Amino acid sequence: MNHLSLIIKREYLNKIRNKSFIIMTFLSPLIMVGLFSLIAYLSQLNEDKSYHIAVLDESGLVASDFLNEKESTKIIFETLADVSLENAKKLVQESKKYGLIYIPKVASIDDFSNNIVFYSEESPSIVVMDHIEGTLEDKINNLKLKQAGIDPEKIASLKIDVAPKIETFSGEETSKLGAGLKLIFGGAAGYLLFMFIIIYGNMIMRSVIEEKTSRIIEVIISSVKPMKLMLGKIIGTSLAGITQFATWIILLLILGVVVPAILGIDTSNLQSPQQEMMTQASGQDIQEIVRLALVELNNLPVTNLIIMFILFFVGGYLLYSSLYAAIGAAVDSETDTQQFMLPILLPLIVGIYVGFFTVIEDPHGTVAQVFSFIPFTSPVVMLMRIPFGVPIWQQVLSLLILFITFIATVWFAAKIYRVGILMYGKKPSYRELIKWLKY
Amino acid sequence: MNKLLVVESVSKSYGDYKALNNVSIEVPKGSVFGLLGPNGAGKTTLIRIINQITMPDSGQVLLDGLPLAPSDIQHIGYLPEERGLYKSMKVGEQAMYLAQLKGLSKKEAKTQLKYWFERLEIGDWWNKKIQELSKGMAQKIQFVVTVLHRPKLLIFDEPFSGFDPINANLIKDEILHLRDQGATVIFSTHRMESVEELCDHIALINKSNKILDGNLLDIKRNYKSNAYKVALIAKDHQQAIKQLTEKFTLKPTKFNTLNNELQYIIQLPEKSSTKDLLVFLTSLGEVTHFEEVIPSVSEIFIQTVQKN
Repeated sequence: MNHLSLIIKREYLNKIRNKSFIIMTFLSPLIMVGLFSLIAYLSQLNEDKSYHIAVLDESGLVASDFLNEKESTKIIFETLADVSLENAKKLVQESKKYGLIYIPKVASIDDFSNNIVFYSEESPSIVVMDHIEGTLEDKINNLKLKQAGIDPEKIASLKIDVAPKIETFSGEETSKLGAGLKLIFGGAAGYLLFMFIIIYGNMIMRSVIEEKTSRIIEVIISSVKPMKLMLGKIIGTSLAGITQFATWIILLLILGVVVPAILGIDTSNLQSPQQEMMTQASGQDIQEIVRLALVELNNLPVTNLIIMFILFFVGGYLLYSSLYAAIGAAVDSETDTQQFMLPILLPLIVGIYVGFFTVIEDPHGTVAQVFSFIPFTSPVVMLMRIPFGVPIWQQVLSLLILFITFIATVWFAAKIYRVGILMYGKKPSYRELIKWLKY
Repeated sequence: MNKLLVVESVSKSYGDYKALNNVSIEVPKGSVFGLLGPNGAGKTTLIRIINQITMPDSGQVLLDGLPLAPSDIQHIGYLPEERGLYKSMKVGEQAMYLAQLKGLSKKEAKTQLKYWFERLEIGDWWNKKIQELSKGMAQKIQFVVTVLHRPKLLIFDEPFSGFDPINANLIKDEILHLRDQGATVIFSTHRMESVEELCDHIALINKSNKILDGNLLDIKRNYKSNAYKVALIAKDHQQAIKQLTEKFTLKPTKFNTLNNELQYIIQLPEKSSTKDLLVFLTSLGEVTHFEEVIPSVSEIFIQTVQKN
């Protein structure tokens, strides 16, 4: 067997057999599913909670048709009559209602705008306040319309929804939904790479440091070229990482299906209120949405996506992991790594931010474009852009830059690695590292 | 004599620091070659160059008459001074890994390891983790891993550090045994008594330069000072001392003998022979001890380094 595969095999087996690695592999999905279940459970509790709110309407104009018009909401209004404000407050407090809306007598309807008061024990949540405000505005608007002699129902019937269909010039049907879908794909790919680099880059670094602190490095290096050792370590650790990731995904899928079934948790409760609104908005649209989603999925450049995902993933990961290996070689212990971590993390984090903020806003804007060519951010940013359709020449150019940088980085990292692994007791500064390049 | 390893005017700098300056050595086949020098003299750099861990800036290294090639790794066994093993790996597995890195097949590695583990009586360690072993035990494993691919050149950097006297002796015997089987040994150490015991050739490196090398006996011959250690039961002590001081330079010394006699190191002047001295001594009384003073490696080391 040749050296490289021996090293890869050892690194891989050593990682896989490591107790904490095994524990993390099996525990992480459990923790994740546990957390999600907890959130789902808690939000279910929240769902069941309803808010009873008393309404004292001294004007007599608003409350008449206030009573529980919107059945579906969890906010239940109850009108109070023939009590003073003081008594009403007491009453509400005693009956442990959520709050009291006080509508005073006013000279003109316009005076309602800032004379209504909401009393409550604790400051109310934004959601509740929004709802109350919305309801009041509706009522009072209607009053004003009536005053002006306009039938509110007529106005309602005159409203029209406009949802322009979106098509590209080449005739592909898209939708707003598509943009979201693309974002999910791109974001997931970029974020996955980000996580992978941080978790397994660190692992590589630690394994290099381990060889230094256990002093085995010189024994190894007398049989193997440092470059081979470094590559073997990177590949072996990455394979272990892929194994762990794959296990996580499989376990998560199993747990995601099995656990809710057992606990009877309805995962749809995890949806945010906005989503709920959207789906509720118009029943007959759901079919249309599903159809469009499928069209979108079809329209996604899947082959392009997969190929580029693999290429950018490999390129980006190798680029960073060789840097991690070089850092590991340069220091004596993990505590010394701090000063070198920031320059590595910074471009990664910038990539993620650019990805999540700029690409969403304008996937083909200048910022997004520039960052998808800079090699240290390009893997993350380009992966996020690709679902929105990036010209092939741009992808290839970016890849080319990435791989050229990768080769330069490996050369640079290997130099530092070669010198660093045999260097003990020196706390390396950047100046020292540059000197090493000349050795 | 047939040279296994020839280092030809090798120089190496790290930045502004010159670690080796035009160093040449020749290691005869089948010898135990002592590479000596104070700390930081450049020994480790030279050893790393021989092991192709570092490349020389200029000069070359010949193994068996040919320039070093990457494949020569399997002909060299190297026990570095900074040595260790993977702590959480099992002994057997680790030894197999290192053996295979040296180019042995799985089967060969297993056979060799079995042989060595039995020879050093450490067979039952196979499934232990390194972190469960003592430092001395781990050193034994390292020794095995260094020699098990039967290299023709063995390089030991401070091989005895960390061993108790019993195990140090065991390892010493194993090194000599390997030499008898045809291996050539380069041996770098500060412990002069082990150089005395083991080495037949030495090279002394100081401040990046080689300042002395050659056959140990030849070197000793060059460094001998024509001094003799003498014990004498004189007929008349006062008289004897007086007569001796007139003719020779005397240095009182002390060593264990059976009688209470005069004990001196006598410096023989040039031109006079041992015979003259002996005749003169016998005329003064009974000679119970007469021995040429041979400089120890340690003395040669200190003397040469200080002179530089």
